[in-house]
Amino acid sequence: MNARTGGFEFRKELFADERDDDLNEIGKRIRRQDIEGHVTGRSPFYDDHLFDGLLHMRCVRSPHHHARIGRIDTAEAERMPGVVRILTGKDVPQNLNTLLSLLDFGLDDEPVLSVDKAAYKGEPVAAVIAQTEAQARAAVKAVRVDWQPLPHVLDPEEALKPGAPTVCETYPGNAFVYHGKYDHQKLRYGDVEAALRQADHIVEGRYQMSPIEQAPIETCGAISAPEQNGRWVCYTGTQALFFSLGTASKVLNLPSSRMHFIGGTVGGGFGGKVDSIHEPLSILGAMLTGRPCKSQWDREEEMQVGAPRGAERWYITDGVMNDGRIVARKFTGYFDGGAYTRLTSYAVIKGVGHLPGPYTIPNVYADAYCVYTNRTPATAMRGFGITGVDFAIEAHMDKVAETVGMNPIELRILNAYRDGDMKAHRREAKNCAFIECCQVVAEKAGVTISPEARAASSKTGGGGERARLPAFTATDEHGRVEGFESGSYARKGGAPAAPGIPAELTPDRPSPPTLPTARPVETPPTPAPAPTTPDQEKPAARTPQRRSGAVRFSSISGFRRR
Amino acid sequence: MALHRGRGFAAINYPIGMNLGGDPSQALVHSNPDGKFTVALSAIDLGQGMKSVTRQIAAETLGVPIADVYVDTADSDTGPHDMGSFASRGTHRMGNAVIMAAKEARSVMLEAAAEELEVDASDLVTDGKGNIHVRGAPSRTITTMAAAQAAQFKQGRTIAGRGIFLIPLSDVNPETGEMSPVTTFAHAALLVEVEVDDETGEVAVTDMQSAYEVGRALNPGLVEQQLRGGAWMGMSHAAWETTEPYYPDRDHGAVDFNHYLMPGPGDLAPHHISVLERPAADGPFGGKGPGEMCANPVLPAVVNAVYDAVGVRIDELPVTPEKVLRGIKAKGGARPRQAIQSASSAKQENF
Repeated sequence: MNARTGGFEFRKELFADERDDDLNEIGKRIRRQDIEGHVTGRSPFYDDHLFDGLLHMRCVRSPHHHARIGRIDTAEAERMPGVVRILTGKDVPQNLNTLLSLLDFGLDDEPVLSVDKAAYKGEPVAAVIAQTEAQARAAVKAVRVDWQPLPHVLDPEEALKPGAPTVCETYPGNAFVYHGKYDHQKLRYGDVEAALRQADHIVEGRYQMSPIEQAPIETCGAISAPEQNGRWVCYTGTQALFFSLGTASKVLNLPSSRMHFIGGTVGGGFGGKVDSIHEPLSILGAMLTGRPCKSQWDREEEMQVGAPRGAERWYITDGVMNDGRIVARKFTGYFDGGAYTRLTSYAVIKGVGHLPGPYTIPNVYADAYCVYTNRTPATAMRGFGITGVDFAIEAHMDKVAETVGMNPIELRILNAYRDGDMKAHRREAKNCAFIECCQVVAEKAGVTISPEARAASSKTGGGGERARLPAFTATDEHGRVEGFESGSYARKGGAPAAPGIPAELTPDRPSPPTLPTARPVETPPTPAPAPTTPDQEKPAARTPQRRSGAVRFSSISGFRRR
Repeated sequence: MALHRGRGFAAINYPIGMNLGGDPSQALVHSNPDGKFTVALSAIDLGQGMKSVTRQIAAETLGVPIADVYVDTADSDTGPHDMGSFASRGTHRMGNAVIMAAKEARSVMLEAAAEELEVDASDLVTDGKGNIHVRGAPSRTITTMAAAQAAQFKQGRTIAGRGIFLIPLSDVNPETGEMSPVTTFAHAALLVEVEVDDETGEVAVTDMQSAYEVGRALNPGLVEQQLRGGAWMGMSHAAWETTEPYYPDRDHGAVDFNHYLMPGPGDLAPHHISVLERPAADGPFGGKGPGEMCANPVLPAVVNAVYDAVGVRIDELPVTPEKVLRGIKAKGGARPRQAIQSASSAKQENF
């Protein structure tokens, strides 16, 4: 044990009868497969794939929380040194997307490069591609945008009030629409109001979880280049390779077979590398210039433009008996999604499925909202949908303990969920170990708890009466929304987005690769230099293809290395 | 002016994986003629050790040494589909897919060995050291390399396997919220000790004692790094970090690490970790995902400890010195409670 870092021990005696501990490789401290590369600085991350002639992409961003976009004048910027091309929304084949459309959840609501208005400070409206990053930065400053500021709203509860400015036109009420029916996700289990009336104590609280930056050391980005045979290679720091591939395929209107995504060794993610911003942008840049192109956030963008863990505000009301039993728990939760949906719609679902925390409470109620405000869109982060409400629940438990005069660890064990209990999302609990964790900590920290709390077990005392669904559940229709088609939560409500009309993609200058949306590849695919392949009939000597121009489109690290 | 000590407790459970749209992962496993295996995935190693844990799972299932397995991940031309590395799903979902693929490859390897040894494949066992032998008769043996060579050059068998793990889509009831959000939960409890300076409002986390239940620690080293790093992140969320310090106002947003505050090495508290293992029925060797839940109990435990120390409830994160001082001022001074003292710390003198 190290006095500075603290100890690390196994409590093998707990649940020993549910385990066999005689495996060969599992359960051993085996050195990481990639550790030597990491500690010697040789593991290739996406940004290590340097290309000859690499172009750099920087975005022109809104300085306003909310503003209509008049003219975008790029004339001066285009004449600046090193500038190769400036992209605006009209260059993006399908310039409206929602990340979870890959899972058929939600409506397309977010442009890649905004055209009509910007709904948050930092929203991109144009992308400058230049030979150096400094030239791209200089040209960004020279792009003139005719901004017409609009009223904005930053607080989620203000955003839901009548008359608040509409942040995102796809959802005019500033709330994501669940099941095509409600402006929030409901959880209804038993009759909370009746139980609150019978409780000995009412404990109320309001909790605010702050927005948090994922703060990976490696900022988000991607480098794309024309590969051979009408394909594009994309080196990416994504956390979700096929999410990013699917998103790029959709917004670029390009079959996934024509993209080659390489990643997998990533310098920290923590949830901030799912949004797939840079992959389509850098591929589009490569398509339109015919050259390798990098899109990458600097640290300021990572912190203020890159989507954070969104803020959450929770109101909790508990009904508690004198002996510490919680008989009712009611939640209202506001997830601040920022200007567009990204993943917040699902954070709400995940959060609601988690309520009321690790406790068996016979009456539970929740309304959880995904709200749009004029700030940077929120996305996933470690503990997605859970961290904020766990903070609220566990801070609240302390207030409950104080109200009834109980040791806070005993209060938790008393109300803990156990094997066989019915949970508020109407599934039976199994494989519980919450009580045991509480007991171990109490013992380690020398906190005296009652003999009953010490003797409690996740494996006993649950089920039976506690496995029954409530005899009566109070339901309601508040928060009804009209104009959206109802259906499964995983189906799009309302009219489908207009089918993407592929924009004309024309490289500004002559370039070796084929056009993305034009004709099929003319030359037969040339096999990549490969080891001898015995099944090939005649490995005829190939004449090396002549390259047009001096640019060699392969990473210095090699295409395949990762 | 004084330093006040307080203790705060919190405990949580954490859902593993997601259910939106179904939650699939695929894996492909194959051997070369030397009996060396490649696992092809599209999972992402963000530093959490995805390549390493799947390598162990593959080696264990195949019954070969870890050195004979290499994980190749995240090339969309060669790796099969995976949703991604998030939602604590990597070990659980991908681990199961790797087990399925490795089992299929193993069964072909054993068939190849059986043909060479002229026995029934069901009588064969692996020793995890590169040998396959007849159960109860270790002298009737063949190396995995010889079996792989026979498969490739003599028998015409492909020692390969395909695996998928899919949690089917769970619908959510609009009226009641009924759903199957996840299949398994990890658990944690944690007690922190803080020191609160009633002159400056500064909060220092001085000690953390925790218990984390992870199903099974497939690699204790990787689990430990997640729990230490995650708990550090939890204390950072509690008392340091935010992109918008005056939320919902957007002013004073940090743009670099000089302004985006995090605890440095000198701020770290000793963290005494106990790991509990209650295997999940559907987890790979019972494993759940420790990656996300490790931070969660720290946030509420810190605010509870601050209340214990000075009687100020901070319900809006982060716990900044400004909020603490305003709270102390509103109370007319620090109001220590010290509700969950241990026998030993109760004896400690006040500062």
